[in-house]
Amino acid sequence: MSYWPLIGIALVVIGFALRFNPLLVVAVAAIVTGLLGGMDFLKVLGTLGHGFNENRYVTIIYIVLPVIGLLERYGLQQRARTLITQMRGATTGRLLILYLVFRQIFAALGLTSVAGQAQTVRPLVAPMAVAAAEKQHGELDEHTSDRVKSMAAATDNVGLFFGEDIFLAIASILLIQGSLAGFGIHLTPFQLSVWAIPTAICAFVIHGARLLWFDRQLGKRGR
Amino acid sequence: MIDLHWLYGLAGAVFGGFAIGSARDATNKKRVGNAAFWGLIAISFWFGDSLGDIGNGVLVLALVGIAGAHLLGKGHLQSTTLAERESFSERYGNRLFLPALIIPFTAFVGTLAFNYTPLKDSGLIDPKSVTLVLLGLGVIMALITCHAWLKPAATAPIEEGRRLMDSIGWAAALPQMLAALGAVFAAAGVGTTIGALAGAIIPEGSVFLAVLLYALGMVVFTMIMGNAFAAFPVMVAGVGVPILIEHDHGNPAVVGAVGMLAGFCGTLMTPMAANFNIVPAALLELKSQYGVIKAQVPTAIPLLIANILIVYFGAFR
Repeated sequence: MSYWPLIGIALVVIGFALRFNPLLVVAVAAIVTGLLGGMDFLKVLGTLGHGFNENRYVTIIYIVLPVIGLLERYGLQQRARTLITQMRGATTGRLLILYLVFRQIFAALGLTSVAGQAQTVRPLVAPMAVAAAEKQHGELDEHTSDRVKSMAAATDNVGLFFGEDIFLAIASILLIQGSLAGFGIHLTPFQLSVWAIPTAICAFVIHGARLLWFDRQLGKRGR
Repeated sequence: MIDLHWLYGLAGAVFGGFAIGSARDATNKKRVGNAAFWGLIAISFWFGDSLGDIGNGVLVLALVGIAGAHLLGKGHLQSTTLAERESFSERYGNRLFLPALIIPFTAFVGTLAFNYTPLKDSGLIDPKSVTLVLLGLGVIMALITCHAWLKPAATAPIEEGRRLMDSIGWAAALPQMLAALGAVFAAAGVGTTIGALAGAIIPEGSVFLAVLLYALGMVVFTMIMGNAFAAFPVMVAGVGVPILIEHDHGNPAVVGAVGMLAGFCGTLMTPMAANFNIVPAALLELKSQYGVIKAQVPTAIPLLIANILIVYFGAFR
């Protein structure tokens, strides 16, 4: 077996560490790997192009941006903030825990694109989280407000990743099933998705506890 | 049948609009680069299937060239001021949420309606792409509602969308690019080599060390490739099946399911997973592009430990 194609992986790591543009790093790594793996240049180029074309669905999500941007023009973020300041007992941590529950449950029902970084976090969740923090602790400096926004984005990812595998027909479950079937191990999606539940609970407990802790940290900051 | 290609048509139109808007944006010094980048993505959506593999490869190289030479910029056109937005927000009130909720609502009701009515067998929508088709439908309905109600200029949605798109920039194309890299890696046999290497360095007899290496292998390879899907087949072939399942008689359902979830912990920690970690940093206008990752690492590491324990105690009872 030839170990040469592994240089491609090293190139990804090195290129990224040296802060070259990641698209450039990935393209160079792909071409070098392909050439070292014995393909000629046109074959590598074709494989790269084919892979890119077959995966266009990954980039579809940006069609929501015109709607989000348009609503922002008419004050959607400001409205989200007002709504939160009118709610009693709303804190950043509690708000995000509520969002985490909602995100995990909907993802577990297969409704993964109901929410997301572009659809919900930017226009609604992040401004709400910041407003809740400001209501409790006064004006936030840029660093703190960035931390609150980052936490909102993180909560969306955690909820999505550790909810979706409970759903039977999600891509990752089908991939697991397919990969194991290649070795003659035949499982139903149900057998696999049941085993996503313990991790989903752990994710909720760990991230939820961090969110409550985050509330306390925000409180200490001002004093 | 409505399938992904309808959606590609819509996406091509949106990116085409972004390209034209970019070309006309005098506040962006690098507007030619932006117009070319979004224009190429529009071409990929519209004509990707007729370009051929080599043609698509050339398109990829062109995208990479634009991004690599730092030809993408950002305009600073402000459509409405903060004060105007405050007053709009007062005027329209909580009804502003409604159009934003049309998209998730369409996805939710649409999926239910599709799965529990004869619609599923009618052949109207391709069952494999229902969610994305409904997302597209939701976007169109939300846009129609906004236009009927708020009466913005006809170009407003594209202008506003482009403002957000420009702040994301090249990172928008990275996930698709990594998927293409995965295809090349697979063709060059990288997966088999890594699997064989991982299998070779596991010491005999220690189930716990094997579980540890399997989970950490998932994390590291996921971090390099930007998603767990590329790492999974490799680690399963190298360690999961031959060692954990066949040699140590682990429960395959646990090894498979939780192995993938261990990989997801890696996704939380890598800038390569641009759509989850770098794009939101841009969307939220964070100062550090690694802000989201920093917020995720303290969740990812304890959760990884939990996953390792779940495999160890769940698969080997």
